[in-house]
Amino acid sequence: MKHSAITAFSPDMFMHNFAEAEPGLTSKGAIEESNRCLYCYDAPCIKACPTSINIPSFIKRIATDNLRGAATTIMDSNPVGASCARVCPTEELCEGACVLNDASAPIQIGMLQRYATDWAIANDAELFKRGTDNGYKVAVIGGGPAGLSAARELARQGMSVVIYEAREQAGGLDTYGIVSFRLPQSISLWEVEQVQKLGVEIKTGVRVGTDIAAAELLEQYDAVVLAAGMGYVPPIGIEGEQLTGVYDAIKLVEQTKTGLPSVNMIGQHVAVIGAGNTAIDAATCSVRLGAANVKMIYRRTREEMTAYDFEYEFAKQEGVEFRWLTLPKRIVGDDSGRVTHLECVQMTLTGETGKDGRLIPMPVEGSEFLLPVDAVVLAIGQERQLSLIEHFGLSHTWGVVEVDDHTYRTSHPKVYAAGDIIFGAGRGEAMVVSAAQQGKLAAHAIIRELLPQTSPAISSAV
Amino acid sequence: MADLSTNLAGIRSPNPFWLASAPPTNTGYQVQRAFEAGWGGAVWKTLGDPIINTSSRFAAVSFNGQRVAGFNNIELITDRPLDVNLKEIYETKKRFPNHAIIASLMVEPKQEKWHEIVKRVEDVGVDGLELNFGCPHGMAERGMGAASGQQPDLVEAQTHWAKEVATTPVIVKLTPNITDITVVARHAVRGGADAISMINTINSLAGVDIHTWNTIPHVGGQGAHGGYCGPAVKPIALNMVAECARHADIGVPISGIGGISTWQDVVEFMLMGATGVQVCTAVMHHGFRIVEDMIDGLSNYLDEKGLASVEELIGRSVQKYSNWGDLNLNYQVVARINEDNCINCNKCHIACEDASHQCIDMLTNADGKSVLQVREEDCVGCNLCSIVCPVDGAIDMVAIENDLPPMTWNERQRTIASLNDAYNVEVM
Ligand SMILES: Cc1cc2nc3c(=O)[nH]c(=O)nc-3n(C[C@H](O)[C@H](O)[C@H](O)COP(=O)(O)OP(=O)(O)OC[C@H]3O[C@@H](n4cnc5c(N)ncnc54)[C@H](O)[C@@H]3O)c2cc1C
Ligand SMILES: Cc1cc2nc3c(=O)[nH]c(=O)nc-3n(C[C@H](O)[C@H](O)[C@H](O)COP(=O)(O)O)c2cc1C
Ligand code: SF4
Ligand code: SF4
Ligand code: SF4
Repeated sequence: MKHSAITAFSPDMFMHNFAEAEPGLTSKGAIEESNRCLYCYDAPCIKACPTSINIPSFIKRIATDNLRGAATTIMDSNPVGASCARVCPTEELCEGACVLNDASAPIQIGMLQRYATDWAIANDAELFKRGTDNGYKVAVIGGGPAGLSAARELARQGMSVVIYEAREQAGGLDTYGIVSFRLPQSISLWEVEQVQKLGVEIKTGVRVGTDIAAAELLEQYDAVVLAAGMGYVPPIGIEGEQLTGVYDAIKLVEQTKTGLPSVNMIGQHVAVIGAGNTAIDAATCSVRLGAANVKMIYRRTREEMTAYDFEYEFAKQEGVEFRWLTLPKRIVGDDSGRVTHLECVQMTLTGETGKDGRLIPMPVEGSEFLLPVDAVVLAIGQERQLSLIEHFGLSHTWGVVEVDDHTYRTSHPKVYAAGDIIFGAGRGEAMVVSAAQQGKLAAHAIIRELLPQTSPAISSAV
Repeated sequence: MADLSTNLAGIRSPNPFWLASAPPTNTGYQVQRAFEAGWGGAVWKTLGDPIINTSSRFAAVSFNGQRVAGFNNIELITDRPLDVNLKEIYETKKRFPNHAIIASLMVEPKQEKWHEIVKRVEDVGVDGLELNFGCPHGMAERGMGAASGQQPDLVEAQTHWAKEVATTPVIVKLTPNITDITVVARHAVRGGADAISMINTINSLAGVDIHTWNTIPHVGGQGAHGGYCGPAVKPIALNMVAECARHADIGVPISGIGGISTWQDVVEFMLMGATGVQVCTAVMHHGFRIVEDMIDGLSNYLDEKGLASVEELIGRSVQKYSNWGDLNLNYQVVARINEDNCINCNKCHIACEDASHQCIDMLTNADGKSVLQVREEDCVGCNLCSIVCPVDGAIDMVAIENDLPPMTWNERQRTIASLNDAYNVEVM
């Protein structure tokens, strides 16, 4: 079988394969679609948006060519509304709730949201203002969707906010983790810039817990928002994970977000282990890196897979193959330490359901087989931020920080937490939009705590 | 943010958006909800001797699947006792002292009737009065509304009677069911009107049910003409506002009404001379919240144009509106098709071929691609192709330079007349 690549991955090819895949609406398309919206009262689409964007209102503004107003309505409720326009599973959220689903076809809310926010980006529109300084200081740990959202709301209320961000740039997984052909990095960085323009200081390259201690932050600030997300992919605990040609899905995507990637998958056979959103991104990313064949290896079936329908459809369109009921047992390498095979075993559903309500799969005895591969991508989830959480001494369950359902306050009275770091244990799905909403709500709780007289600046921009 | 506040003949309001006298201003509850939503003023549902309404009273016209392109009604003035309305006006004004509340009035054309009602509504603290000479159905049969609004002398007399006792500004609301609206407008001004508003609804029948053969709407199988309003009537209303605005003998502020549903409509009415606007159908279709985008859109527009106050818009396009005889006959535009944006639907071709001057050719270029091309020398610049073209930027109407001096029809007639005179002198 082929081993090394014949052709190198050229910058042109990279630009081409990783440019945003779906074109935005044309102005004619946007006018037609926006005029199709019924402008429902107490609209179900609003309730289905985790950040409660006033959807009919922003769509009306598109219909009347008030694009500044449309963008303001969106970003007012959702500080990462431009990213969400692209990565939200809209079929499950707003569009899934649109009253036109059965009547004709749901309004393309995500595409209209993108149309309006694209206008704001293209016109360098400043939509919000910093509130008058009230002397309170808040530290935000992590500049992802949750951290940015909290910082934006706090700054609008006149708090002075510093974001501590471990990486070179803020934006979290929007900047580094979601493939560019779905979400270009420039979109996320525009959102970061909008927050900075409100006077929020972002100290990049500072890892809390290593470069600065929790105690110091708790001492210096009136409140702390912990929004550090999750980590990389955890080891899956099979033999051969250290071989050359084995990749961490998130690190793989990250390489493609920061410039021409050094990994070369041209002509390779790739196996992706996992079947969640991360696995889908890793698989389509591998296709676009030039892989000849990409298989997703999952021990359960299509029914149990956590990726959304549209992600599954997209992966299929990209030519990704799915191997259901297949459990990886061992990664096999050659003498030079390079991956050559993935050993798997066939599974069968027992008919019994587990605690999560999903059917339990069991290996079929003697069904082991060797899959010839050049690369294996591990995509079975993300590690928890255990050391950071313990450094703050916060109560947690298996690395999921415990918070009050309404205030997002942790076991430490000065510390609030939002986003992926509190995801799990029945708290919805890890989504950009829920991270944004939690960040917003944590900020509002801090505002209520520090400034009991004022109501947070959640009033609409009208 | 630009200043949106307006002052119409002394009636101040935080923005130019008023609710027209109609179902949305029927009660204090509604008007208060409207003010909370952002409306700057409200003209209360017309007060007078309470009437009885029919059941089934509205109908609307859909256009290609879009609902409420036009709206038709056979509703009359308020069906609630005057005392109740007055009490609610008083309470609403107390809660919203800075919003404009105008009482719309309609009584029999008798001096003492006008005196009485004007005094009663002014007692509860309204900011102004609107005399309804417009309702085209029901009330007209009792000699009121459009029936009196179609008689210039009666408009003048009644305005005068109202003015004899009024202490607040008097607006006269005009009916469009008349040949020349400026005639009635001038009589209203002669009667002392401080402002005029237009238009009320236009005589209409919304439709006929082709299966039951009943009129739409019908009341137990029987129908009557109603009043038409909504987006479809906007061009009619806009023209009437413009005609009044440019008439030298009228010269009072205008409250523009008719088909207004977006902030752009408001800008258009104000550019054509309205000091503020009134809205009914758009609210009946979408609720009071429609005003949010109107305020936001207008304010963003003013900021973009660098205007500090909405009042800077008033009348700015009036001088651009004149008579046909004053248009330059030597001005020339031609259609130009931009292949890059064209989607080859050929609608421009067939429109020009069948309904204009046969000057758009359907050709095939060297690559075998269909292209549409205007023969500019034959194009009369009628705009038809650009009107039917479904995409933006595919057809531009471009002005063509020519060596001819500007020449209007009136100038041309004068020139011909003087030449004739000269000729006649010679031959005599
Ligand atoms: C491959 C992939 C695809 C995804 N696709 C989608 C999708 O299509 N739609 C969707 O809605 N969601 C998607 N998600 C999930 C979504 O990205 C997350 O739910 C969301 O980004 C969570 O936001 P957050 O702010 O909590 O965390 P993050 O985005 O992870 O941000 C956390 C930030 O904290 C910083 N940080 C961490 N530790 C420290 C420290 N000690 N000190 C300082 N800074 C620190 C990190 O550098 C990072 O910038 C995807 C996730 C992955 C991995
Ligand atoms: C159902 C209905 C009832 C109306 N009642 C009155 C009225 O009582 N008094 C009045 O002056 N105008 C009345 N009108 C006319 C409106 O005030 C307004 O002039 C007209 O509807 C045009 O505005 P629009 O296109 O925004 O609806 C009524 C209109 C409708 C649709
Ligand atoms: S539910 Fe659908 S039609 Fe109704 S407002 Fe929302 S997007 Fe528009
Ligand atoms: S809108 Fe209200 S009053 Fe009118 S028919 Fe429907 S329910 Fe009855
Ligand atoms: S109507 Fe417009 S889009 Fe259609 S053929 Fe003509 S120019 Fe092209």
